[in-house]
Amino acid sequence: MTKENKGPSRRKFLTSAAALGAGAVAATGARAAGPDPLITEVQDWAIGLGDGVDAAPYGVPIRFEDDVIRRNVEWLTADTISSINFTPIHALDGTITPQGCAFERHHSGAIELAKPDYRLMINGLVDRPLVFTYDDLERFPREQHVYFCECAANTGMEWAGAQLNGAQFTHGMIHNMEYTGVPLRTLLAEAGLDAAGDFADKWVYVEGADASSNGRSIPMEKAMDDVLVAFKANGEALRKEHGYPARLVVPGWEGNMWVKWLRRIEVMDGPVESREETSKYTDVLEDGTARKWTWVMDAKSVVTSPSPQSPITHGHGPLVITGMAWSGHGKITRVDVSKDGGKTWETARLAAPGTDKALTRFYLDTTWNGEELLLQSRAIDETGYVQPTKAQLREVRGLNSIYHNNCIQTWHVKANGEAENVEVS
Amino acid sequence: MSKSLNLYIGLAAGIGLTLVAGYNFADRNIRSFPDNPPTMGALPAPIPEPEAPVQTATAPAAETGDGGGLVAAAHADEEGKGLRFGIGREALSEEIAAWNVDVRPDGTGLPVGSGNASDGEPLFEENCAACHGSFAEGVGNWPQLAGGKGTLDREDPVKTVGSYWPYTSTVWDYVHRSMPYGNAQSLSEDEVYAIVAYVLYMNDIIEDDFELSNETLAGVTLPNADGFIVDDRPETEYPIWRTEPCMENCKDSVEITMRATVLDVTPDEGATEPAAADPEPTATEPAPTEAAEADSAPEPEAEPAVADAGDASLDPELVAAGEKLFGKCKACHQIGEGAKNRTGPHLNDVVGREIGGLDGFKYSRTMGEMGGVWDEAALAAFLEDPRGYVRGTRMAFPGLRNETEVAEMIAYLKSHSQ
Repeated sequence: MTKENKGPSRRKFLTSAAALGAGAVAATGARAAGPDPLITEVQDWAIGLGDGVDAAPYGVPIRFEDDVIRRNVEWLTADTISSINFTPIHALDGTITPQGCAFERHHSGAIELAKPDYRLMINGLVDRPLVFTYDDLERFPREQHVYFCECAANTGMEWAGAQLNGAQFTHGMIHNMEYTGVPLRTLLAEAGLDAAGDFADKWVYVEGADASSNGRSIPMEKAMDDVLVAFKANGEALRKEHGYPARLVVPGWEGNMWVKWLRRIEVMDGPVESREETSKYTDVLEDGTARKWTWVMDAKSVVTSPSPQSPITHGHGPLVITGMAWSGHGKITRVDVSKDGGKTWETARLAAPGTDKALTRFYLDTTWNGEELLLQSRAIDETGYVQPTKAQLREVRGLNSIYHNNCIQTWHVKANGEAENVEVS
Repeated sequence: MSKSLNLYIGLAAGIGLTLVAGYNFADRNIRSFPDNPPTMGALPAPIPEPEAPVQTATAPAAETGDGGGLVAAAHADEEGKGLRFGIGREALSEEIAAWNVDVRPDGTGLPVGSGNASDGEPLFEENCAACHGSFAEGVGNWPQLAGGKGTLDREDPVKTVGSYWPYTSTVWDYVHRSMPYGNAQSLSEDEVYAIVAYVLYMNDIIEDDFELSNETLAGVTLPNADGFIVDDRPETEYPIWRTEPCMENCKDSVEITMRATVLDVTPDEGATEPAAADPEPTATEPAPTEAAEADSAPEPEAEPAVADAGDASLDPELVAAGEKLFGKCKACHQIGEGAKNRTGPHLNDVVGREIGGLDGFKYSRTMGEMGGVWDEAALAAFLEDPRGYVRGTRMAFPGLRNETEVAEMIAYLKSHSQ
């Protein structure tokens, strides 16, 4: 007997909802109608043998989980090369994002760059311009940190209204990994910063080895603070699509600055004003002026389950509401959950205390008896910043900002357990 | 290792006086930096020279030997040798020149060269028009580079070089390093100047004979240069949202005001069944996004029903669709009452007109000598592949995309012909 757990697509949902209606509503403790053959009959897997240890030298998730994958939205971009896909956050728990399903965003595609071909140059206002090989990077003292990386456009499609029906699509331009790498300040010190003089008006310009190069200017103060040149994520080498063999990690700041296939760092006396920091990644306000240098990702959260792609299928009784919260300002200190669209709030349980600029998992262990819910979550960080509503954001910014939409999300959970992305008054 | 850590603590202490805590810093914008400038002078001591000299490159494309091992070992294990490890080698000037190509708003970094829009037009057609359109109007979801003026304060602003980009240097820098898409860094420097000049010309920023060069580029100010402000969230938003939030009786009532399923633009996950038809007209178009680079509306392409190109009667729907398509031609061709010859000939009565037969218009030599009549077959062939049908035509338009568009265009042209 093979259990085909394909995950609830919108259409398949109808089947499970029907099953739910047909008496599966039995709450915990109900008596089984008859003996369960999965228990009373000897199953194949209890008779024969499983795979040997040589079956999967590098394992992938079991086939029943093959719907827990990155997905893209075709109409968003002109092609799939300069494009983005989304992390299946609705199906994950904990905080660490497996690399294989962590969202990708490329401007000229994911390039293949071998370690022996890798060079990293530091030039500009330094005492000695230097070139490092990949091996060189591994000889500097390393650090390890868990950080979230969120695309500035995450939730950008929702400015004008509820549009994409799934947490993966509304909030999936994010991943959270444990990085190993060398602090950027170590590499800059290696090149010598006497030539840079006063840091106050100095910047580093960082660019990648791909055709887009995705250059960004970062103020020196941030460069000397917590920026990493990372070569490992979640314990193993970065994946090609995340910048193998080395990428920049810019904690708390928009994902576009986390340059992949990092090839050059130039110390400068001003910003380059590159394409990515002028024509893109700037936020148009209602009067037509635009904000630039909006680097920090403000505090944000989302309920990942139940959600449109993760409806309630288990009937009435105990229900785990879960989601994730993060802030580019530092640690998450509290997450509140509302079941009634924001009229009343209760404080959720954090799975672990929040850590600096990293995802925090929250749970609300509750009881559900088929009542309709308007589920929301609201993150609060250590600076006291409270995640705003969409209305609050629109009041300040209008409708055309695209980037940096960190509004409170609402899921409408219906009596049959299905959930939908909605906007509420 | 422990010593290395100490060194970092020293560094941190040195500049830490002026560095605010990480989270706090994150809130600050660049304007506040000078309040408290950290300087290298605050470091505990000048960075000492490494014990061993920094390796020098023996060849520009030096292979990765492990000759550096000695150098690093000499440092990491010794006391008080400062912050440097002696890892890496000096970058050669040729190497820096090869990679250090960024161009700043004041023109710093521009190589010697020049070009104008007239030179740029054929280059743009050849290298850029497939995605950006012959007139920089953008094809499909690819970025539109011209137009959009006055749209920034409207719904769905059109952000082009002329309407949005603040600096000419950015256009040069980006075209030079990343374009054409899929064939980056294949253009000569003069070609980049010429293509950028064409884009500026299509935005009515310079004349077609303006020589854009390393000397003139920084002087070309874009219309939206002053349209940007530095991140002001710390002043306009954070004070509002750093308050204790409401927990009970936060609003009187809650109504659902919008539903995602009404739009039905979410990709399906199973994908085996055909997408359910959802003909319900929606009040809102799916909002466009720059999630990636989608600068134009997503509009799940409503492919019009395939029309019969041979249909002789005038179908008003076809005519209307053709009129919309004619937007691509308007930059050069006039049609309708009072239409005159412009860059291209006027198109009143073009159906049935002798090819190259309009008095007073200077055709390309091929077109002038072709003979024949613009019947439907000739028009269809020309509209589908202008330069294939009339070799040497001056019309830069790359052609309509399919038979449907050709049928629509011909219907529209017919509606302005006797």
